[in-house]
Order: sequence, then structure tokens, then C-alpha cells
Amino acid sequence: MNVVIVKYNAGNIQSVLFALERISVKATVTDDKELIQSADKVIFPGVGEASTAMSYLKERGLDKVIISLKQPVLGICLGMQLLCDYSEENDTKCLGVFENVKVKRFISTNSSFKIPQVGWNTIANLKGKLFSSIEENTFCYFVHSYYAEANSFSIATTNYIQPYCSALQKNNFTGVQFHPEKSAKAGEQILKNFLTI
Amino acid sequence: MLTKRIIPCLDIKDGRTVKGTNFVQLRDAGNPVELAVRYCEEGADELVFLDITATTEKRKTLAKLVREIATHINIPFTVGGGIHTKEDVSVLLENGADKISINTSAVNNPGLIDELAKYFGSQCVMVAIDTKIIDGACKVVTHGGRTPTKIKTADWAKEVTSRGAGEILLTSMENDGTKNGFALDITKQVSHLVNIPVIASGGAGKMEHFIDVFKLADADAALAASIFHFREISIEDLKRYLQHQQIPVRIC
Repeated sequence: MNVVIVKYNAGNIQSVLFALERISVKATVTDDKELIQSADKVIFPGVGEASTAMSYLKERGLDKVIISLKQPVLGICLGMQLLCDYSEENDTKCLGVFENVKVKRFISTNSSFKIPQVGWNTIANLKGKLFSSIEENTFCYFVHSYYAEANSFSIATTNYIQPYCSALQKNNFTGVQFHPEKSAKAGEQILKNFLTI
Repeated sequence: MLTKRIIPCLDIKDGRTVKGTNFVQLRDAGNPVELAVRYCEEGADELVFLDITATTEKRKTLAKLVREIATHINIPFTVGGGIHTKEDVSVLLENGADKISINTSAVNNPGLIDELAKYFGSQCVMVAIDTKIIDGACKVVTHGGRTPTKIKTADWAKEVTSRGAGEILLTSMENDGTKNGFALDITKQVSHLVNIPVIASGGAGKMEHFIDVFKLADADAALAASIFHFREISIEDLKRYLQHQQIPVRIC
């Protein structure tokens, strides 16, 4: 199986590579359009800032490549947010795969809600193959200041300050806000599930 | 619900785990990779590795160790010690670290926080603050507690936050290694002052100390070393106890 991780100017791709290695999958990290287009599975990771990441993708024509992919695509964290329509982070128009889904900034309602949300939180209302054999309220690892609001593509929800959408799916595109590559055994299972979709 | 995190810390010297009292009197506590794997299995939420003898010639050894840890564990981990530049951070991230921790180098060059946050994102920048009561006030100390400064801990916590730190690791020098409990006052003060997560460190000796630091001092996470290394408290037992005391924790 030919797994490609999209290389761009956002964040820590190494953790994803190591996580795949632990489940015996060798992935290629590349920004080469043809390699991305010919992959069996594409992982679109990322931590960083939305507008800089979008500019980078556009300059290299990767924005058009990503939205036209037909094979399974998994966006992680910022990668998931960029698959949405719009992000409040520096007023950024995103890729629009998940139509009309807005990414908003957490607004803390009291001092116990720190921003970013850092740590382990549960995922619930799970739908689809990505979560096969994953129980409701499984813990996953999150690090983020922006979240996708509730929407019709939701396949998981999480509660921090308010309920929000922590995973989405539309056709071949899946996005998760948490980091499966850092979410212990559950995360490994979710990555395995994605690779068998 | 977001849970409170339990974070074992491994102080690394020449590739081995060591632990001291009040930052001196080091004793050997084993192979860091073996310990890391054990902590993962016991349910640690994250790990922190501090290279306490980070010198230029040791950087390569550390990078190798980081890579070995990264290939073995499936939870987030932070690496600190001897980080002065963007390039130092790149090497650690390329070898699989998720976050880095800076301490003395941030005090000496606060602009480093801005630079790292901008380049790598705040989520990967942990600022470690060592605090000590000097002339009746909590002040920042550097170089592993050996060098006092005139900077007030509270002021520094606010500054590192505004410069883009993603988390604060707050260690009380009076409490570190004593097993008499965390420094609750300064932890609470800092936790309320900043809106980023605060990890309390120094002084854990009993399970009750964790209840105090979460309930009375509002820490977001608690870090400890020797009680875990020497199996005085197992992470699993600690978490069950915390859960029983209505503190949200991740039970594996």
C-alpha cells in the first residue's frame, strides 16, 4: 500500500511517520503532485497557522490537488481545519471540502478553560468505519485553539467549553481534530481503520 | 471532558535517567527508553525528558535517544535541556519530539520564545520556570536552580504567555525532591494569571499531593519523577485514586 503524507509548511510530520512505522506502514513524505495523486491513501497532517498554511498550499498548487483527490484522505488537526470552508484564524478561506463548515476560536468562559485545549478528551457520537471497534467516549489527545462547529458531516463530537465537531467525513475525505498518532492504542486503531477504508 | 494530566519526568544524564534532591545529589534511575515504555503502559498522559547535561558534543546522543523513544511510545513527549536556537528545536522535532521545553535560554533571550512560537507554533513551546522564594517573594531562578534572578515568577509567567508559550512547566525549588507536596500558592497564582495550561512540578510524594495541586491550586497537569521511577506510586493506582476523588483523569 502506497501511503503519502502531504509535506507542507505546517508542523510535525515526524510523529505521524513514527506512528505509521509502529503499525508497520512505511509512508512517503512529499509535496510532489503526481506522487500525491497516485497514492492509495493520503494523510494531510499539520499543526500551525491557517493563513500561512493556505498561502503555502496555493503557491504550490497543492490546494487544487488536494480537493481533487479521489482516494481516502485523512486530515489531522490543522489539516482537518483546512478541509473546512473557513477559519477564523486570520480570517482564512480554506479548501471547502466540508462545505459551509466554519472553524472558530475557543472563547474561554472561565479560568478553568485554558486555550489552547491541551490534553486527553473523549470522542462521542461516533459514526463510520474510521471508528470501527472504537468505543464511545474513548480518550484521544488534542492540542488546539480553534474548533469546527457542529455540522452535518460530523462523525464524532467532543466537549470543551461547548460541544463541537471533532471528526468529519464526506465521501473520500475524513478529518480529525485530535492526533491519532499520539492517542495511544485508540489512535493506532483509528489509523489502522483509515488505512483499511 | 478534558482530563487532568499525569506526566512522569525523566532527567537524562549521559543517556541514563537520574533523579536528585533539590536539583543535586543525582542517583541512577535506569534506562530512559525502558522507563518511557513502562510509563506508557501504566497510563501516563505525556512524558517529559530533560537533558540535564546538555552540551554541544552530547546533542547528537540526545537526538538519537529522542528518536529511539519516539519509535517506541504512542503518547506525546517533550524534550528540554540545552536548547538555544531554532536549529536545536528542528533537530529534536525531526527525531520525533512533539514539544520542546526551554528555561534558562528563555530568561537570557526572551525573544527566543516569540521566534520558536512563530516558527513551530505555540503548541510545541513549553516554557519551564524554576521558582524560588527570595527575600519573601517568588523569583525566577536559572541554570537548574543555581542562579537567582530579580524577575518575579508571576511577571515572567505573564510575559512568556504573551510571547507565545503554549504551556508553562512550573517547578518550585523549595519543594523539588522533598516529597512534601507541590507549591500550591505559586501554582495557583500562576494558573489563574495566565490562560495557557500550567504543569505543576516539584514535591510530589503522596497521592494526596496530586489532589491538592488539582483541587486547591488549579493545575492543569502534574509532573513527578522519583515516585514513579522507584515505583513508590504507580500511575495506574494514582489515576484510580484521583478518579475516586472526582478528578477527571484518563483511565486506560
